[in-house]
Amino acid sequence: MQPNMNPRTHGGPRFGDRAFNWLTLCMALSVFALIGLIGHELAQGSRLALQKFGWHFLVGSDWDPVNEQFGALPFIFGTLVSSLIALVIAVPISIATAVYLTELAPLWLRQPLVMFIELLAAVPSVILGLWGIFVMVPWLRVYLFPWLQKTFGFLPLFQGPIYGVSMLAGGIIVAIMILPIITSVSREVLRSVPGLQREAAYALGATRWEVTRIAVLSYAKKGLFGAVILGLGRALGETMAVTMVIGNSPQIVKSLFAPGYTLASVIANEFNEATGDLYPSALFELGLVLLGVTVIVNIFAQLLLKTFAGPSVKPQN
Amino acid sequence: MTAPNHHWRKFKNGLMQAVTFLCAILVVTPLVLVFYHLIKEGFSSINLAFFTQLPKPEGESGGGMANAIVGTFILLGQAALLGVPIGVLGGVFLSEYGSSRLNWWIRFAADILNGVPSITWGIVVYALMVVPMHTYSALAGGSVLGLMMIPLVMRTTEEVLQLVPNGYREAALALGIAKWSTIVQIVMRTALKGIVTGILLALARVAGETAPLLFTALGNGNWPHKLTEPIAAMPLQIFAYAIGPYNDQHRQAWAGALVLLLLVLSINIGVRFLTRDRFQRNV
Repeated sequence: MQPNMNPRTHGGPRFGDRAFNWLTLCMALSVFALIGLIGHELAQGSRLALQKFGWHFLVGSDWDPVNEQFGALPFIFGTLVSSLIALVIAVPISIATAVYLTELAPLWLRQPLVMFIELLAAVPSVILGLWGIFVMVPWLRVYLFPWLQKTFGFLPLFQGPIYGVSMLAGGIIVAIMILPIITSVSREVLRSVPGLQREAAYALGATRWEVTRIAVLSYAKKGLFGAVILGLGRALGETMAVTMVIGNSPQIVKSLFAPGYTLASVIANEFNEATGDLYPSALFELGLVLLGVTVIVNIFAQLLLKTFAGPSVKPQN
Repeated sequence: MTAPNHHWRKFKNGLMQAVTFLCAILVVTPLVLVFYHLIKEGFSSINLAFFTQLPKPEGESGGGMANAIVGTFILLGQAALLGVPIGVLGGVFLSEYGSSRLNWWIRFAADILNGVPSITWGIVVYALMVVPMHTYSALAGGSVLGLMMIPLVMRTTEEVLQLVPNGYREAALALGIAKWSTIVQIVMRTALKGIVTGILLALARVAGETAPLLFTALGNGNWPHKLTEPIAAMPLQIFAYAIGPYNDQHRQAWAGALVLLLLVLSINIGVRFLTRDRFQRNV
């Protein structure tokens, strides 16, 4: 900046500038403060449980508040399995949709479809959960699950009694929740593939699909992987809809038809009723575990997306 | 290249078009189904009482969700008071000030913050506010939603400010206008629609949040009186009714969900019209 030569405004604007700069800087830095605050509060809250159980907390499989025995393994298991199911369902569908939207769909159809997908992303979790309890779960119990059992019943995954509420139902509802985010981030990734890539492939006489496969998908591999990992991060922390359909029973079993429990659901269900000192502390520690996992997954996803194509690709919410 | 090969390639092209089209339909299906069932189950329970009366005691039929509707708007108001200034000014810093390295880190932190599970926010604000105040409160509920808005608003504000052509800034600075008033009067005013859009979308997003309110706002069967008391909110009420045992509660849950979804979707669709021309790239 040049020094301000006008005597009448000398000092005035410079002070204003400096103050405004500082003000905005402080607001921007609040994001670091918030991350620190979240980590600090969770660590503080879980101190008792950390002291009592140490690392054993992560591998213990008893969750018995009456006898003050707390092990996180069934919840970690439930969170991982439901997220994995969600990814298996959502990844192929949403990447194919993103491909359709950027490469194959007729132009007039693209904008309306994009809008629909963004609206799906806006549906609150609790509403999807409500629909899950009263529409999806009964349908799964009567139609899909018996069919799966008849067709793939030789696999241990699809054996055992069918209740409806189950790990698989939880996985499906999480899949619905992460479809829009994986789709829209993948779409941004595909859109950032340079047009020259496509033109080169067309010039060789490739069909539309061949252009997509050779020039676009292989170029965008890293970014698409980032989109998937970002979806994983959302799946791990998903709370309300899962809580309403997963059955909330802390057990580790092979069958996907059996009820499960996730880290987020157990906090949602038990936190307000947790009495004593150790019980709430154990729930705080579950929160700490959940935070740790999601933050690591998210950092990984952000790095993939940011190194893929620079600042043009940004995660949607 | 031989003819059969050519046919095979064309066939594969058509096949993949069809497969990816079906996937796109599959993504849209849940939205259509949810909306269909909400209207089918919820529409008949929406009446005057729903918007004007308190919930009846468990098991009794009738009553409404008026307190939860008011509660949701009170919570959103508080959230906006906390989240909007911090988010918008932070976004101004990212767009107008700062070195590229510092800004990379701030953006990175904001994106990580966006990925923090909402239930985690809930227990953090419980420890920060509910424990010291010895009570669940509307203040805690509004704060948790406000904190969640910060990274959302910051990122969208930054984005729309960067769409303002640099010529505007240069012209204003060349006239001798101070940088901060250039930003406030020229840059932010030009991007006002976009900033408002970002704020509305963030509000729509947190309006449906349930998990963080469970341990902060808690819910309440009465009208809101004070900010230091537990307060009812639509998502909380929907959740409580959905897992409740009575048919009448389920009906109310459907009706509440329909109203909440209409609120959220109308904001989402509304801002699309608001920003159609100038900031289309962003929509």
